[in-house]
Amino acid sequence: MSNTNNTMELVCPAGNLPSLKIAVDNGADAVYMGFKDDTNARHFAGLNFNDKRAQEGIAYAHQRGSKMFVAINTYPQPSGWQRWQDAVDHAAQLGVDALILADIGVMDYASERWPDLRLHLSVQGSATSQESIDFYHRNFNIKRAVVPRVLSLKQIKTVAENSPVPIEVFGFGSLCVMVEGRCLLSSYVTGQSPNTFGACSPASAVQWKETDAGLETRLNNVLIDCHGKDESAGYPTLCKGRFSVNKNTYHAMEEPTSLNTMALLPELQKAGVAAIKIEGRQRSPAYVEQVTKVWRAALDSAQQDPENYQPQAEWLQALEKVSEGSQTTLGAYHRPWQ
Amino acid sequence: MTTHTLRLSLGPILYYWERETLFDFYEQIAKSPIDIVYLGETVCSKRRLMRDEDWLEIAAQLERAGKEVVLSTLTLIEANSELSKLKNICKNEQYTVEANDMAAVNLLSGKQTFVTGPAINIYNARTLSLLAKQGVKRWVFPVELSRDTLADILEQRPEGVETEVFAYGRLPLAFSARCFTARYHNLQKDDCQLRCIDDPDGLLMSTREDDPFLVINGIQTQSAKSCNLVADLEDMKQLGVDVLRISPQSKSTIEIINIFHDCLHGKKLIQDASEELESLSPTSTCNGYWHGGAGMESVNQYFNEKKAETL
Repeated sequence: MSNTNNTMELVCPAGNLPSLKIAVDNGADAVYMGFKDDTNARHFAGLNFNDKRAQEGIAYAHQRGSKMFVAINTYPQPSGWQRWQDAVDHAAQLGVDALILADIGVMDYASERWPDLRLHLSVQGSATSQESIDFYHRNFNIKRAVVPRVLSLKQIKTVAENSPVPIEVFGFGSLCVMVEGRCLLSSYVTGQSPNTFGACSPASAVQWKETDAGLETRLNNVLIDCHGKDESAGYPTLCKGRFSVNKNTYHAMEEPTSLNTMALLPELQKAGVAAIKIEGRQRSPAYVEQVTKVWRAALDSAQQDPENYQPQAEWLQALEKVSEGSQTTLGAYHRPWQ
Repeated sequence: MTTHTLRLSLGPILYYWERETLFDFYEQIAKSPIDIVYLGETVCSKRRLMRDEDWLEIAAQLERAGKEVVLSTLTLIEANSELSKLKNICKNEQYTVEANDMAAVNLLSGKQTFVTGPAINIYNARTLSLLAKQGVKRWVFPVELSRDTLADILEQRPEGVETEVFAYGRLPLAFSARCFTARYHNLQKDDCQLRCIDDPDGLLMSTREDDPFLVINGIQTQSAKSCNLVADLEDMKQLGVDVLRISPQSKSTIEIINIFHDCLHGKKLIQDASEELESLSPTSTCNGYWHGGAGMESVNQYFNEKKAETL
C-alpha cells in the first residue's frame, strides 16, 4: 500500500532525553526510543530510558506535536520472556503512539493485550517482500513495516506498491550489510547478537592493543583489524573489519561507511514510502541535532518541489562529518553496490 | 531410560555444485542411512543449473529409497521472480516444504503442513505455538540458541510438532543483498559469472593472523568451523529432539552420516566419533552455541563430564 498523502514522515533516534528533545525541536515527525534493557536493539551501557525519563520525553514530544515510538525489537527466549511482556505493557501504559516489534510471540501478545495500540514491524523482522509483510498484517494487524537495508530502489518500489501496509525505509546512519534479524556473526564470536542481546559486536568483547604493526582491534580475541599509524581506527564492528581471502587482505564484507539516501528522496516519495528512518540511538545529541535539521530541510524541499530537488552541498557536508569512516554510500538501494 | 529415537536429516546443499555432481551425490545419499532429505536452492536464485524437473527426479529417486523428501526454499526473497518461484514450490501437493522466509510461511499457513528452517526466528514458546496453529509440523531450532533455551521451549511444546537441531556442518550465520564471492572477484552481482561454482565448500575468510574465521558463500556468510553436536546426542534425546540435521559438504558427507548413524545405534563410541568428525571437517569443529556460549567456542563435553566425575 502506497502512502497516499505524498508526505514522508521523518523518524529520528533518541538514546536519551536531550537527544529526544533536540529531535523534536529540529522537526522530527516521530522519535523512537528504547527501554534500559535487552528488549531493544541498542542495548548499550548508559543509553535508553527509565520510566521517569520516558514519561518526560513522551510528554515533551506530544506537547509539540511529535509522535513517540518505542522499539521492543529483539527476540525473547523463555527465560527472559517476562521482560518483553513488561516492556510492551509499560510502553502501552505510557501512551506511546506505536510499538516497533520484531518477534512473532511478542507481537501476538501485544496485539491480544493491547488491541488498539498501533504496531510497526521492526527492521529486525527481516521482511523483504509484500508476502512477508502480509503475514504480520494478517496476524497482528500491523500498520507499518520497516524494511531491511538490503533492497534496491526498484525492489523498494515494488514492495511499497504491493504491501498491505505503508513502509518505512532507512535514510541515514550506520549500514548493516547483512539482513537485519538474520545476522548471527556477533554471537558466533561473542555469544551476544542483536537478536538475543540487542547489540552487535558488544563493547564488553572489544579489545584495543597498540603493537609494532599498529593498533589492533579484537572481539573476544579474534583480530578484526589492525590500523597503521596513518589510518584512523574505527569501532571493531565485525562485518567492517579486514580479513584475508586467498592471501588477499581487504574489507571482505564492507568498509566502515554510512548509508545516505538523500539523493533518492523524490523517488522514495514517488514510490509511496511513508517514512524515512534515521539510524543512531547510540549517537550523541549533537549527531541527532545535525542529522534531524538537515533531513527536515531535505524532506521539506523534496516535498515542495520534487522535480527540481537536489541535496544541497552544505547538507551533504554536514552529514559526512557525522558519518562512520567519514564516507557515505547508497548501499543496496544502488544496484552496483550489491 | 527413554525409548525416544532420533532420526537423521540431510539439509539442503548450501553451495553451488555442478549438476552431474548433484545427481551423483544424491545417488549415494539414497543408499545411506539418512531418514529425511531437504532438496533445493536456499541461498541464491541465480544458481540455475538444476531445473525444477531435475530436483523432482532426485526427489522421486530418494522417495523410492524410502526417504522423506522436503523441498527447501530461498532464504532471502527480494525480486518478484523469486516470489513467483516460491509460490510455485509452495503450491506443490506432493512434498512438504521447508519455509526459510516469512513469505513462505505466509504462503503455506493454513493451507498445508510445513517445516520452518533455521532462518525462521522461533526464539520462544509463544512463537512456536502460533506457528504450530498455522501448520508447522517440524521446526529447525535457530542455530544461535542454547540447549537450555530449547529445554525451556520444549516444556511448552505444542502437540504434534517435531524439533530438528542443526547438528553438523558449517553454520549459516548471515545473509546479505551483497554477493561476497562476486566482491572477492571484483565483479558486480549482476555480472557475477556464477563464480561460486569454483568453491564447493565456499571461500575461506581468515583473520589477518591466518586463523580460519568465516566462509563466503555468495550472499551467505558461514562459520569456518563446522558445528558438531555428536557429543550431545544423549542430551538431545533426553530433551525430546526428533531430528538431527547434517549439512552437506563436498567431501565425506556419507562418512559423516554413517558416524552419526552408528552413534545413534550404539555401534560407535562418542569419543571416537568426535575425533573422526573433527578430522573430516574442512577446518575444525565447534559447539559453543549449544552450550550457551559464543558459537565458535568448543566445549569438550566428554572431558568436562570426566572432570566432574573425579571432583
